[in-house]
Amino acid sequence: MSTQRALLTGLGLLIVLALVPADLTGLGIPYPGLKRYGTYILTLWLVTAIAAMGVNLIVGYAGQETLAQAAFVGIGAYLTAITQKYGMPFGVSFVASGLVTFVIGIALGFPALRVQKHYLAFVTLAFSVLCWLVFRNESAITGGVMGIRDIERPILFGLKLRNAQNFYWFVLAIASVMTFVLWWILRSPWGRAFTALRENPLRAESLGVDVRLYTLLAFALGSAYGGMAGSLYAPLVEFIDPSPFALGPSLLFMLMVVVGGSGTFAGPFVGAAIAVLLPEWLRAWETWYLLIYAFLVMVLMAVFPGGIVGLLSRLLSPRRRA
Amino acid sequence: MTVRLAVRDIEKSFGGVQAVRGVSFDVHEGEILGVIGPNGSGKSTLFNCILGQLLPGKGTVAVDGRDVTGLRPSELNRLGVSRTFQLLQVFPRLTARENLILAGQEHRGSRIGRLFGASDAGLGAEADRMLEFFRLGALADELAGSLSYGQQKLLDAAMAFMAGSRLVLLDEPAGGVNPTMLAGLRDRLTAINREARATFVVIEHNMEFVMALCTRLIVLAEGRIIAEGTPAEVRANPAVIEAYLGH
Repeated sequence: MSTQRALLTGLGLLIVLALVPADLTGLGIPYPGLKRYGTYILTLWLVTAIAAMGVNLIVGYAGQETLAQAAFVGIGAYLTAITQKYGMPFGVSFVASGLVTFVIGIALGFPALRVQKHYLAFVTLAFSVLCWLVFRNESAITGGVMGIRDIERPILFGLKLRNAQNFYWFVLAIASVMTFVLWWILRSPWGRAFTALRENPLRAESLGVDVRLYTLLAFALGSAYGGMAGSLYAPLVEFIDPSPFALGPSLLFMLMVVVGGSGTFAGPFVGAAIAVLLPEWLRAWETWYLLIYAFLVMVLMAVFPGGIVGLLSRLLSPRRRA
Repeated sequence: MTVRLAVRDIEKSFGGVQAVRGVSFDVHEGEILGVIGPNGSGKSTLFNCILGQLLPGKGTVAVDGRDVTGLRPSELNRLGVSRTFQLLQVFPRLTARENLILAGQEHRGSRIGRLFGASDAGLGAEADRMLEFFRLGALADELAGSLSYGQQKLLDAAMAFMAGSRLVLLDEPAGGVNPTMLAGLRDRLTAINREARATFVVIEHNMEFVMALCTRLIVLAEGRIIAEGTPAEVRANPAVIEAYLGH
């Protein structure tokens, strides 16, 4: 897709997403918008997609493994919740979450220079468990299993974001900027270098690509996306405890990337929709919904191993099926 | 004549097996040196020691007089040394053009500059020229993984030249390539050697190809150099015949 077409597509999607929760009946359009819960779920989808974008960078583009993204979301969420309690402006907490997780991401990237595939997955898994134990056991800082409650939503230039719609637009704006930044990185020579890591690190190194540096960069950037997603997650849910940052959610992030389309730009958004929105739509089946959800995911993986976006790409460009 | 590559007394063992035993040779600017020898004679191990993929147990490697022993392949590449591999090593999910851009991009400006610069690092036109030169112009937008084996071999070779390298080590470039395409590859390599004064070291089993391409040969057997000279001299050397045919 050309740069101009990609930007126009992104802008079009942004406008549609901005209008989704809005009541358009005043404009003569018979669309009443979303209720509070619907807007909350849509905001959660955006936050989840940001974290999944980070996993997609690490796993889908750079060909590494991570089962630690929920831990990074947790670090960002706790950092924001704690600093907010001390009166820190949200903007500072948000940037700090990104920077701290960027640095920790570099540290977590070092094992990737020595071990690969499932060995690396286990290293990140261990980190994930370690973080969860800290969140649960360091009660004096994190509130332990009781968590941290009453996390304030930010005020932006005097505009209170307590309202679900306002907060949704705020998150949409941040998600748009972060999507653009990642798109820019991936369309630059850096993106090609990340892909080279995934495809053939030996050859990449022989062509002058500093495999070590780009591996660490992928982990750092991907983890920072997790941290910043966590920073948005805390004021969204207004209460955090350790459970959303355990190993299970990290596996879910991996699932989102794989189901959406690993190494495709839109994959994390589609995967996050499957993980966040699909269960909500299936709630009509009450207690059966988890079974149906699991079955759908298994069918998706068995029939379309390249993920939903991968499948669509193949259908749209049959010449590239090989 | 300037010595481009100086290999001195390289040794490399794997456990109890000594794969390379005290190999020394020079490669001069503009030369095409062939390295031949039976399977298991240590050719690829020698290449990997020269190119930083393996650390030699003993000996030194110098490029343009600078000791580069133990430098990482990416560092060597930035000093103007490229290679191809015995097995195909293209990036299958990138297009042919993107493969070539990737091969040259790390030589363009600073890393931060590349992040904010053009997507193709200013190499798009050069990549297209290289594709035309290797007669792959019509396949520029095809995924490398969808090209035929021979086309991927040509692309693999083309990638080694995108960074403007002055010294290129080719590991079995003719392996698995059909005769028509092989003639094209030889023709392209000769042209680059002549026009850009590029220096080549070529490992090859295809004797017809190597005899036609190389100006000088060294022959390895059991990790040692057993013969050296022009293709005609090597062909007539009894030690070489014995190494290949046995007793």
